[in-house]
Amino acid sequence: MNASDVTAAAYLVAAVLFILGLKGLGRPRTAPRGNLLGASGMLVAILATLLDRSIVDFRVLLAGLVIGSAIGVVLAVRVQMTGMPQLVALFNGFGGGASVLVAGASFLAVVDDGLVDDQLAVAAALTALIGIVTLTGSLVAFAKLQEVLSLSGFRGQGVLRAVLAVVAVAAAVMVVVSPADTGWFWLLVGAGAILGVLGTVAIGGADMPVVIALLNAFSGLAASTAGFVLDNPLLIIAGSLVGASGVILTQIMCTSMNRSLFDVVFGSISASGVVADADEVYGDRVTSTSAEEVAMILEVADRVVIVPGYGLAVAQAQHAVRDLMRTLNDAGTEVVFGIHPVAGRMPGHMNVLLAEAEIDYECLLDMDQVNPTFAQTDVTIVIGANDVVNPLARTDPDSPIAGMPVLNVDESRTVVVIKRSLGAGFAGIPNPLFAADGTLMLFGDGKKAVLDVVAALLNA
Amino acid sequence: MTLLVALTLFVLAVFLGMELISKVPATLHTPLMSGSNAVSGITLIGALVSAGTDHSTLTTVLGFVAVVLATINVVGGFLVTGRMLSMFSSGSRKRS
Repeated sequence: MNASDVTAAAYLVAAVLFILGLKGLGRPRTAPRGNLLGASGMLVAILATLLDRSIVDFRVLLAGLVIGSAIGVVLAVRVQMTGMPQLVALFNGFGGGASVLVAGASFLAVVDDGLVDDQLAVAAALTALIGIVTLTGSLVAFAKLQEVLSLSGFRGQGVLRAVLAVVAVAAAVMVVVSPADTGWFWLLVGAGAILGVLGTVAIGGADMPVVIALLNAFSGLAASTAGFVLDNPLLIIAGSLVGASGVILTQIMCTSMNRSLFDVVFGSISASGVVADADEVYGDRVTSTSAEEVAMILEVADRVVIVPGYGLAVAQAQHAVRDLMRTLNDAGTEVVFGIHPVAGRMPGHMNVLLAEAEIDYECLLDMDQVNPTFAQTDVTIVIGANDVVNPLARTDPDSPIAGMPVLNVDESRTVVVIKRSLGAGFAGIPNPLFAADGTLMLFGDGKKAVLDVVAALLNA
Repeated sequence: MTLLVALTLFVLAVFLGMELISKVPATLHTPLMSGSNAVSGITLIGALVSAGTDHSTLTTVLGFVAVVLATINVVGGFLVTGRMLSMFSSGSRKRS
């Protein structure tokens, strides 16, 4: 067996490890092992690649690997669970950016040697476009999630986007027709970079789970098309596995919001809906409550459901919520969490936050599990969530969120909503839940409010 | 590899990816994303070849930057996924 056979065999091993790794990540029990399998696959692939005899200078490689590892370790160790969506967005972007550079370097080298063919040019153009959109789109998503950028859409954005899309397609065609003029390749990268920014800059916070899932799919796809450029089967296999999983997650997120991918990327919430006036909905029917009163209601409850939203992450209230859960558990009250698929800023965001607070994942119920149980629930506590508990989605076919699956918290005997104000959620509509007979509003910061309730429970 | 062989790999891997992921519980969506994201850093092996092949200064520089970015993606991705998953398991261990 010569060196390239060894490399090819090692790539097969790595591909199998990736598949087993992703399979393992699908179940809580096997997930840590799945992650390790994936990482081992990567190690095998890297070592096998270093055997490649076209590599002559290892100093550059080592420098790159050391620098990259150091940055990666620092980012991964330092991040707080509330900041996880930003970090995943950033990593997605780096993967996409690396694919563009790889495709670019390889394309330039082949053009220099005069060996370029159509297949390679098409693959290079595709990688450049998908990869660069992933990079700049992810950076914008990162900036928005980190709240260093609060830009939204601007007038003429659609036109500009269309013009750039035409430029990008034209440049891509020219890359294939006339590969020796490498300027076309860089024009394609430039147009794609701006497209990535324009594509994400207008997307609102609540749509972030879709965007991050989509960028995840793109980063996989970019790696896969880079595999076509390099004629590397492992890149094709691993990239398409990730691309497919990203597409599935994107689909799940879109279904959970009852929005099409097209609406998320190109439009805002459907403008056809009739939005009720907030004063009309709330009037003087909103009942405000105190921590002491909430504690009294909780004392006599047998079953409590806690519904967290992005507000929980903002208030860093996960540990306070854990304390509340333990206090209630000690008093013999059953406590579970009801989690909407798009609560938070990325798929599964709430689950990770609550896991950080050492809350058993078996207490975290998803929408289909928890919805049938609200009728037998004494108290539901909603913390920092709004649109995902809005009953209008079920009852008002004209509402902008009509048809979106929601948590039917209004079926429980009492609903306590912990919220800063009556302000509207992302959908920009009032929530009749807040004015319902069984609902009590506990206004204030999520963390402080929950801690006050815990204190009141312990003092009672 | 001929184009057809490459396309075959691509299509089969897409189907396999969909099968693998479609039944994942919502609790694991975030670790799944960051873990699969780390796998997409596989582009690193392409970057290594680009950076290590002595073709021209430009390709070496492009390759070097690609190695750095992809390594951040790979190392950071697997590490942070492991961190998250360790929290998941510690919660259940305490209970049982």
